[in-house]
Amino acid sequence: MRAVISVIGTDAVGILHKVSGVCYENNCNIVDVNQKVMQGFFTMVMIVEIDACKVPFSAFCDQLDALGRTMGLTIHAMHEDIFHSMHRI
Amino acid sequence: MVDYSYQDVLETIHMIQQEHLDIRTVTMGISLLSCVDSDIDAACRKVYEKVTGCAENLVPVCTTIERELGIPIINKRIAVTPIAMLAAACPNADVTRFAKTLQRAADALGIDFIGGYSALVHKGFSAGDRALIESIPEALATTQNVCASVNVGSTKAGINMDAVRLMGRVIRRSAELTADNACIGAAKLVVFCNAPEDNPFMAGAFHGPGEPECVINVGVSGPGVVVEALKKCGKDCSIDVLAETVKKTAFKITRMGQLVAREASQRLNVPFGIVDLSLAPTPAVGDSVAHILEEMGLETCGACGTTACLAMLNDAVKKGGVMASSHVGGLSGAFIPVSEDAGMIAAARSGCLTVEKLEAMTAVCSVGLDMIVIPGDTSADVIAGMIADEAAIGMVNSKTTAVRLIPAIGKQVGDELTFGGLLGSGPVMAVNTASPAVLINRGGRLPAPMQSLKN
Repeated sequence: MRAVISVIGTDAVGILHKVSGVCYENNCNIVDVNQKVMQGFFTMVMIVEIDACKVPFSAFCDQLDALGRTMGLTIHAMHEDIFHSMHRI
Repeated sequence: MVDYSYQDVLETIHMIQQEHLDIRTVTMGISLLSCVDSDIDAACRKVYEKVTGCAENLVPVCTTIERELGIPIINKRIAVTPIAMLAAACPNADVTRFAKTLQRAADALGIDFIGGYSALVHKGFSAGDRALIESIPEALATTQNVCASVNVGSTKAGINMDAVRLMGRVIRRSAELTADNACIGAAKLVVFCNAPEDNPFMAGAFHGPGEPECVINVGVSGPGVVVEALKKCGKDCSIDVLAETVKKTAFKITRMGQLVAREASQRLNVPFGIVDLSLAPTPAVGDSVAHILEEMGLETCGACGTTACLAMLNDAVKKGGVMASSHVGGLSGAFIPVSEDAGMIAAARSGCLTVEKLEAMTAVCSVGLDMIVIPGDTSADVIAGMIADEAAIGMVNSKTTAVRLIPAIGKQVGDELTFGGLLGSGPVMAVNTASPAVLINRGGRLPAPMQSLKN
């Protein structure tokens, strides 16, 4: 199973480091990253494997949520099923 | 490896964050036929145990799905077997005790609404029906989350005009008993023609007698997403392009509903019933069906051309949604509840949107005269006349129509009534006050039309 982590907000030093740090701490392997900075605005979509996640997925979401709040970013982790459902027949 | 793109991910997140995309409701339907008992104490006890037992995990499971998929589920609701069927077994008992029992169950479970304080009387009253209907005003005044509905007509059976007359009085009384609380009683009461048995939306949800023991139905939302998609089409494209855009957007919205329904069904170990493909507005800015119609090219909702736009919208939503779900049901179409839709409220305030225009619109959309605030001195006969007109539109067109009118006790045209929450607020709208009393007092059954003879 995989999840999609999206990060949106003002660019700053260490965003990728800190988000991937949460993934590392929870044993979630990163399989894809797509990141852009446009006019100081940071957007990133990261795909991670959650099968071996140390905590329940909802707790992993909460950790990323909390990180987002401390950094002034919007961070969401969503199960990838929603993207399959909406964009593929 | 990954079969969706970076743009797809951002589009979905944008829909949820900026365009109010959400699952309006996950509604669990529960059959109460096993709770029938001639002793009302025993019946109420069985109802409480059954509802709280079946739906024990409804709220926690929905909260987890919400968290994992990242999609808000706004309401968790329950629909039960029409209570009139239980009331039939205990004549002379105080039927409102069932409503209080349902309220206790709702409180214990933490759900938003529980529907099914209902009676199906389209062909006539059976034991329990009349007692239940007459108890509705008190039941709604003494509970917060219980919703009531009465089906007074169908294409097959015609219209029960005795029930229509009775409902005119029941709506007025429901408003009067809750006059100190924005007449909220009437906002929790729907009068139907051709009521669907699997509708997940309130106030009209009930668990029909043909339904399984327990079932999960899901209602989606998403007017804001459709408005934004239409904005991107610009002002110069043809109506064909708009219809295609609505279809594609409805497909995506419905796929999300199907996913949530499947997940909820698996995790609760309850069969999946249907996804209701309705565009349900909220009073929030940017979540309005009226604004979709205006985006199609109307100065204001209610202008000439509104009915045509709504017909196209309603059809395109179904065409886009039907392929996205394995089972579609409920009301499935566009809702036009005035007080719950920022665009409708503005149009009604400006005088551009009238009750007569809304009546015409109900001929081509999924429901009827919904959440319309009318003057507090509107007579029960006039309300019954409005019900009869709506029921006739539903009966002849083989579609569901409904009436949810709120007589604003003590208020007049130009005043406002505020409910708060999803029910919103609305201006008091003018109604034609010429009396239909003689018609309404005739009673009897309006015969079913030729359309009923399809066999």
